[in-house]
Amino acid sequence: MNLIEVKNLKTYFFSDEGEVNKAVNNVSFEIPQGKTVCIVGESGSGKSITAMSIMQLIDHPGRIVGGEIILEESNLLKLSDAQMRKVRGRDVAMIFQEPMTSLNPSYTVGYQIDEALRLHHKELNKQQRFDKVVEALDLVGIPDPKEKYGEYPFKLSGGQRQRVMIAIAMACEPKLLIADEPTTALDVTIQAQVLDLMKKLQDETGTSILFITHDLAVVYQIADEVVVMYRGHIVEKASAKELFENPKHPYTKALLNSIPKPGVTPRKSRLDTVDDTVDYLSFPKEIR
Amino acid sequence: MRDFIKQYKKNKSAVLGFFIVVLLIFMAIFAPWIAPHLPADQDLVHRLTPPMWEEGGLHQFFLGTDDFGRDLFSRIIYGARISLMVGAISVGMSLSFGLTMGMLAAYFGGKVDLFIMRIVDIMLSIPAILLAIVVVSILGPSLTNAMIAIGIVGIPTYARVVRASVLTEREKEYVIASRINGSSNMRLMFKVILPNAATPIIVQSTMGFASAVLEAAGLSFLGLGAQPPTPEWGAMLSDSLQFITTAPWMIFYPGLAIFLTVLGFNLMGDGLMDVLDPKLKDK
Repeated sequence: MNLIEVKNLKTYFFSDEGEVNKAVNNVSFEIPQGKTVCIVGESGSGKSITAMSIMQLIDHPGRIVGGEIILEESNLLKLSDAQMRKVRGRDVAMIFQEPMTSLNPSYTVGYQIDEALRLHHKELNKQQRFDKVVEALDLVGIPDPKEKYGEYPFKLSGGQRQRVMIAIAMACEPKLLIADEPTTALDVTIQAQVLDLMKKLQDETGTSILFITHDLAVVYQIADEVVVMYRGHIVEKASAKELFENPKHPYTKALLNSIPKPGVTPRKSRLDTVDDTVDYLSFPKEIR
Repeated sequence: MRDFIKQYKKNKSAVLGFFIVVLLIFMAIFAPWIAPHLPADQDLVHRLTPPMWEEGGLHQFFLGTDDFGRDLFSRIIYGARISLMVGAISVGMSLSFGLTMGMLAAYFGGKVDLFIMRIVDIMLSIPAILLAIVVVSILGPSLTNAMIAIGIVGIPTYARVVRASVLTEREKEYVIASRINGSSNMRLMFKVILPNAATPIIVQSTMGFASAVLEAAGLSFLGLGAQPPTPEWGAMLSDSLQFITTAPWMIFYPGLAIFLTVLGFNLMGDGLMDVLDPKLKDK
């Protein structure tokens, strides 16, 4: 069953001179319950804008001009601001690329996890919330969660901060977790730990994950389904297995070819690049 | 907090500023116990008595008396109350309006920003003391109106400082993160952003306190602020003008009081700026 369906989403940016930048153009995909969907693509392909559109956090001069985002039978684009605020954090949560700036430096870690609980679970009392926060910190693998409750973010390492971000996002047990390049700023070992953590949490809670990245190695590790975006369009959509074994669209092929393969790519040779002079949009879209 | 005090102590002039401010507050609170006379008590027999260590000085008039035989020392001590009150109220007023305006401008941006900042620009384009004189002449000369005038004059500076520091914080990811958790605009502005943007605002308020005291003294000197017999330092200066050659102590000591107050708050503001600098905080 699909948790969320994005249909013909169009998010455009309008400049003062009347130019229109079609950042997300006619994008449709769906995320099944409890699965991980990856959006891959180069910088500026509209990955993050797609995520922000789901959250409806597109600021002026951008606007969602068309489409539907259906989360469990309700169209998010039709909700009022106040209703949307309830959806954010409770039903859909998000984590970001930059763990160094994603936490508010003025408040303790515990307070910030508590914040989401206080907004969306008014029935809990202080002690219950404290227990929940400590449990959340423990769940994401922060040592001494009770001690860390009162720590300020600047005392934590990058990996720990990203774990805290995940704890904040997961505190309200959202139905969908959007992860916008959550591992890009971390080194490879920490990256693997964070990915494992996300998979573990998904198994335990049944949350669906929308994972945005440009790192195909990460996609390989975590994705059930992959959406390849190029200049605001989806050029290929397939299950992860199919995509890696049998990429159909020329752009996807070019992307996959640009990764060095141990034992195959000769040493000191130049890597393949995605050829910018080719108009990949002229090829038929491979949507499976 | 302990780090904060340690850092602050390293700056000797800031510590000096802090002590001047504390002394001033002490004087203001305990004025009736410290001052030997009431500020408006006249002793017409002992008019224009010089300070006690000068020839003809009397031990009951420590810093001498003015042309009505009022004890200068007592008047200066009571004057601290007025100066601190003026500072606190006018800074409070500029800060509350300036904070709201700057916050709204930076947070909402676009047309709101344009509209608010143009008002601020208009206010800035009029010389402060002139604007204060206009306000006072509309409302009538009194200490309360002088405070209102100084408060209004201060608004644009605070609005600019607040706007600048909110602008840099607004774009940080933790603000988006908090929005994603479902925070409302009010919450984002005052609970999420404000604590992180507070440093320059605190510094500006401390320094603004000094300039408010100075402006109040200026307005009173012009006869637009405190009215006699209020022991306001600026008013005391203007009273003493005609005696400048015969009784220089009348102009010297109130002037010294103003000087030390302004110096104290400025040194303290400088010290706070060094300590609260976010670059040092992260270390």
